[in-house]
Amino acid sequence: MSAFQHLPSLWQSSALLAAGAGMTIAVSLAGNALGLLIAVPVCLLRLARGRGARAAGSAYVSFFRGVPLLVQLLVVYYFLPALGLDLPPFVAAAIGLAVCTAAYQAENLRGGFLIIPAGQIDAARAFGYNGLQRQRYILIPQALRAAAPTVINEMILILKASSLVSVVGVADLMRVSQNIVARELDPIRWYTAAALIYLVINLVLALLGRAAERRLNAGYARGTL
Amino acid sequence: MSFDPSLLASYAPQLREGLELTVVIWLLGSALAVALGFMLGLASYAGVAALAWPVRIYVEFFRGTPLLAQLFIAYYGGPSIGITLDAFTVGVAGLGLYGAAYFAEIFRAGFASIPEGQLEAARSFGIPRMARIRRVILPQMLVLVVPSSTNLLIILLKDTAILSIVTVPELTFQVTGMTLETFSYVEPFAALAAFYWALTELVAFLGRRAELRLGGYLRP
Repeated sequence: MSAFQHLPSLWQSSALLAAGAGMTIAVSLAGNALGLLIAVPVCLLRLARGRGARAAGSAYVSFFRGVPLLVQLLVVYYFLPALGLDLPPFVAAAIGLAVCTAAYQAENLRGGFLIIPAGQIDAARAFGYNGLQRQRYILIPQALRAAAPTVINEMILILKASSLVSVVGVADLMRVSQNIVARELDPIRWYTAAALIYLVINLVLALLGRAAERRLNAGYARGTL
Repeated sequence: MSFDPSLLASYAPQLREGLELTVVIWLLGSALAVALGFMLGLASYAGVAALAWPVRIYVEFFRGTPLLAQLFIAYYGGPSIGITLDAFTVGVAGLGLYGAAYFAEIFRAGFASIPEGQLEAARSFGIPRMARIRRVILPQMLVLVVPSSTNLLIILLKDTAILSIVTVPELTFQVTGMTLETFSYVEPFAALAAFYWALTELVAFLGRRAELRLGGYLRP
């Protein structure tokens, strides 16, 4: 707060709000990126042939989709230090968001994998593609393309859910606006401002999602009904 | 901190009422979300110019703002423009309109996953449009749609807890009332978590069953 102390009150609060928005963007970006990285192996486990691998993937999804995000954040922040792993609030928040969203993203991606015809995998095998090459060149690009809109859906959900990270001590947009309201006593103005900022961030995310879809769709004819 | 199950037994009628209302609101809201979401997804895929922008604005508004804010606008803001709705209606409509924005994107993804060649082939065989959608597109797109829809149905189920804030007497509302009357928190909240967990596992189980049925044609 001290950095903005020379400013008049309204400007000071606006600057704080902007800093909170920056923190919300940073923590949800980190959580979403890390979450997607975790989601790919979880999804592959769910699709694996081995019974043990499938059970492990199912257990992950069932746990992280079933336990509320708030509880997961509190566990990461308060429980891991008890095991000797002391995490700064930002890292704890990003990990908490990531492990939760990974369960949902794994399911979204799995839908994308399911629609790939089995014949393509046989063909790739016949051409001598090994398992890793099949994933890299045949399966993952198509699965990502098909699942892109649902992946963006979940990213927007996590951006909104990131309003919970203040419980582990991250000064995100929601916490900052609560602090400002506590001082300025004008809840309608400041919460409306916060809501609009969330909306704008989500709009930008949705636009980026559409741009990514256009890239992934390059080379595909658009179907007409 | 002792665990006293008899406390739950004495509140059994309220818990049952809350659980029933949670399930009813979730079912009605989800049905609205799926139906409206399907139409929105179809409209945004069909490429009708007049519909493109309204659908896009709908999706971005309902997806981009928190459900709680939407409920507040409908429940507390509605009367000032002459629309007075009871809490149950606000709950069902709020959940449905919110979920529809996400379902619209899920269904759009489903439509877009059908290869253009198949639609061309269906057209050249003279299959009418409704039959193309029902017999060619739907059976294939549902394979992509089901896992994401299960996700979203679980999210909507957990989001019904938010309705307690606009005085819908569902499960979370009943349990909160119980904590205020008894000053015990462990039993009520443990029961609350257990109920939601059981319901989400049930939804996940039904989702898996649906997947096996719909994806049967993909397995040789």
